[in-house]
Amino acid sequence: MQVLYGRHHVRVYRFGLRLVRDEQTAEDLISEVFLDVWRQAGKFEGRSAVSTWLLAITRFKALSALRRRKDFELDDEAANAIEDQSDDPETVVQKKDTSEALRECLTGLSADHREIVDLVYYHEKSVEEVAEIVGIPENTVKTRLFYARKKLAELLKAAGVERGWP
Amino acid sequence: MMALSKKMLEQEPSEIEMLLPWHAAGTLNARDARRVEEALASDPELAKQYAVIRGEYEETIHLNESLGAPSARAMQKLFAAIDAEPARTTGALPLSARVATFFSSLSPRTLAWSASLGAIALLLQAGIIGAVLMKTQTATFQTASLSTGTPVTRELGIAAPSRALVRFSPEARVADITALLDSYQASIIGDAKGGMFRLQFDKAMSQEELTALLGRMQREKFVNLAVAAP
Repeated sequence: MQVLYGRHHVRVYRFGLRLVRDEQTAEDLISEVFLDVWRQAGKFEGRSAVSTWLLAITRFKALSALRRRKDFELDDEAANAIEDQSDDPETVVQKKDTSEALRECLTGLSADHREIVDLVYYHEKSVEEVAEIVGIPENTVKTRLFYARKKLAELLKAAGVERGWP
Repeated sequence: MMALSKKMLEQEPSEIEMLLPWHAAGTLNARDARRVEEALASDPELAKQYAVIRGEYEETIHLNESLGAPSARAMQKLFAAIDAEPARTTGALPLSARVATFFSSLSPRTLAWSASLGAIALLLQAGIIGAVLMKTQTATFQTASLSTGTPVTRELGIAAPSRALVRFSPEARVADITALLDSYQASIIGDAKGGMFRLQFDKAMSQEELTALLGRMQREKFVNLAVAAP
């Protein structure tokens, strides 16, 4: 378990943190995820990579944590604040740095879009693996990422950032 | 910006366009990767879009890497919870699943090293057997029961990976330990007993090499003690 934890805990933490946007909650998540792994090791069928299995559990735990937070702690106004903690487009454009603006806009994506962008680009998951983690058909995975990138383009355009294409 | 032309924003994307992000991440199968490569070579607009996707890919990695790592609190909480769990029977996981789990947990580089070492071991073994046979073979007929009187011994040529016992300093965070293990290409393979962890290095070393490496490890900021495992 120590070896498994050592190899995967940072990526599990980062995936969880991008979903729940709270370091304390993300740290609690990784304890819960690896405890589940400890308890359910017998259910792992070896048909997918361990990291895919771990990310699927993390996603489930993160969504449960978000639901609890919304149910018990936040009103709608506060929930909306969580949905968009990034700077508004005007603030982003002031930063002038395209890379920084891009990172700000990546942060400003919806949870569904953030999740799919991270899984494909950072966690380097294939179409099939993303479908398994998120629980959606493979074609939906492809179109969801396309529309996530489309939304990203809109956010950057609103921020006045031009990267020369289109 | 973004890899989305006006035409694309108005129309459904093509299959190849939708595969570009996976091509950037290197996670397409060989067939799809070839299809994308061919399309990129013949379509300048698609190539332009791909360049923008590469930018998104790099910034997403940069963003995630900037998130840092969890504190040691998470690990302490986890292992305290595991300690509180009722004792488990060993062998609950089927053999096939355990083997799959083991190989899945290896990095591609480790896997490649292991495969290379295995291949070298097989070649050495084949060479030794061949040499022994050549040495004992004569031009005349020999019965299968003929004994040369000399026992045939074999060596695998590849020794077991070196191991060590290490005690980390109390202020070491999980991220520090992980970085240290990566830099020494080592893994924790045993429980902490008396605060000592049993490590295994990715390769076998001579006694001198191991002593030198442990001396270097001993001087690391987050290591209190590093000794060869008995």
